[in-house]
Amino acid sequence: MCLGIPGQIVEIIDAEKKLGKADVSGVKRVINLACIVDEDNPIQSTIGQWVLIHVGFAMSKIDEQEASRTLQLLNELGEAQREILEMELKQQ
Amino acid sequence: MKYVDEFRQPEKAEALFKAIDNLAAPLSDKLARAVHIMEFCGGHTHAIFRFGLEQRLSKSVELIHGPGCPVCVLPMGRVDDCVALAERPEVIFTTFGDAMRVPGSQKSLLQAKADGADIRMVYSPLDALNLAKKNPDREVIFFALGFETTMPSTALTVLQAAEGNISNFSLFCNHITTVPILESLLDSPTFNIDGFVVPGHVSMVVGEKPFATIAERYKKPMVITGFEPLDILQSLHMLLVQLQSGKPCLENQYARVVQKAGNIPGLMAMQKVFELREKFDWRGLGEIDKSGVKITEEYAAFDAERKFAVPNLKVDDPHECQCGEVLKGEIKPWQCKVFGAPCTPQNPLGALMVSSEGACAAYYSFGNTKELLDKRQEARPTK
Repeated sequence: MCLGIPGQIVEIIDAEKKLGKADVSGVKRVINLACIVDEDNPIQSTIGQWVLIHVGFAMSKIDEQEASRTLQLLNELGEAQREILEMELKQQ
Repeated sequence: MKYVDEFRQPEKAEALFKAIDNLAAPLSDKLARAVHIMEFCGGHTHAIFRFGLEQRLSKSVELIHGPGCPVCVLPMGRVDDCVALAERPEVIFTTFGDAMRVPGSQKSLLQAKADGADIRMVYSPLDALNLAKKNPDREVIFFALGFETTMPSTALTVLQAAEGNISNFSLFCNHITTVPILESLLDSPTFNIDGFVVPGHVSMVVGEKPFATIAERYKKPMVITGFEPLDILQSLHMLLVQLQSGKPCLENQYARVVQKAGNIPGLMAMQKVFELREKFDWRGLGEIDKSGVKITEEYAAFDAERKFAVPNLKVDDPHECQCGEVLKGEIKPWQCKVFGAPCTPQNPLGALMVSSEGACAAYYSFGNTKELLDKRQEARPTK
């Protein structure tokens, strides 16, 4: 019920009705952009943007920098874990 | 797929499982039991089972699957109301697919459809609104359910209906709110959860503040979490670090999607269309104050409850069902008296067996049912 899927906005269909098209895994779907458009973020500025789509609505922009920050943290954790393992192996 | 595949890399999961084990073991020794972490959201429950995370975790961490599956907590009386609305000859009743098989006291929506009611599954509330435009001589009702995640979409659909003067469209509103139910669980004296995996997409709408307030008031670690396996594992790691340091707070693991203030346009639409109900009934948990919303006076014309006579009767769950105890984490799904026989996903007695997000259906579909039932048999007193 609460799940969403990432897609990239490729086209604005109707600026007044806030409708656009998003590419979701190669399939183009009409989605409503009302939740990601406001005075500071005009509808044309959303083209190219990755968004999280839920029941036909773009619910949130996906922040590229935050995504890579999370992955970076995961990498660091992986490396730290490897070091611990190596230390343990040496001690044995 | 971008933003999906990179959060599913098995070798990174390996490292996380080990890091979680290392942190959890001493904490569990200190507690003299496993560390109890509750994932509230049904979407997380589904992901945990789909990716087999639970089986891979060490015995030092126990995941408790919370009440965050909206289909599962829908009381039987509300399903009866849906059926009553759907069986009106002028009505086209529209719903998300998950709700079709939830048992009512007489029948489910699926059975009502087989009996001739015009019930249609839709992907979006906007599809329901389009049906109303195409069928001006019929009354189209959309079964609005779900937590805050789905509320902006239904609120915006009502606003569109109002703007376009679509008078044959209405909502049967069963939206529920996350914070009151979380508080009611935390207030229960028998509730012993050490930390929470916080729903990512509810947070995407409501923002960080409601959960930060709870984390502070109840001194519980909470982490807003995404829905890919690495998201969930990273969140567990963050919760354990918080437990180890003894400094519980709210953290946001899912910052790529969740902004601190939530979704402002969505919240504004919700505020126009919805207001809190005094209380709402939850299956297995009973009535909880201010835990649901209804449509405001301004948009009363789009409220199916005002437009049509709804029976609105309270119906008790089948007495052998233990859904409430499972929802509160007091028993595991397989410990319920009817798990696996006679309650199965094909023939569900309780709602937790219906949706793929329900804890019982997840255990039944992804677990070794025979092994679980043998375990239940062994655990029973022999006399």
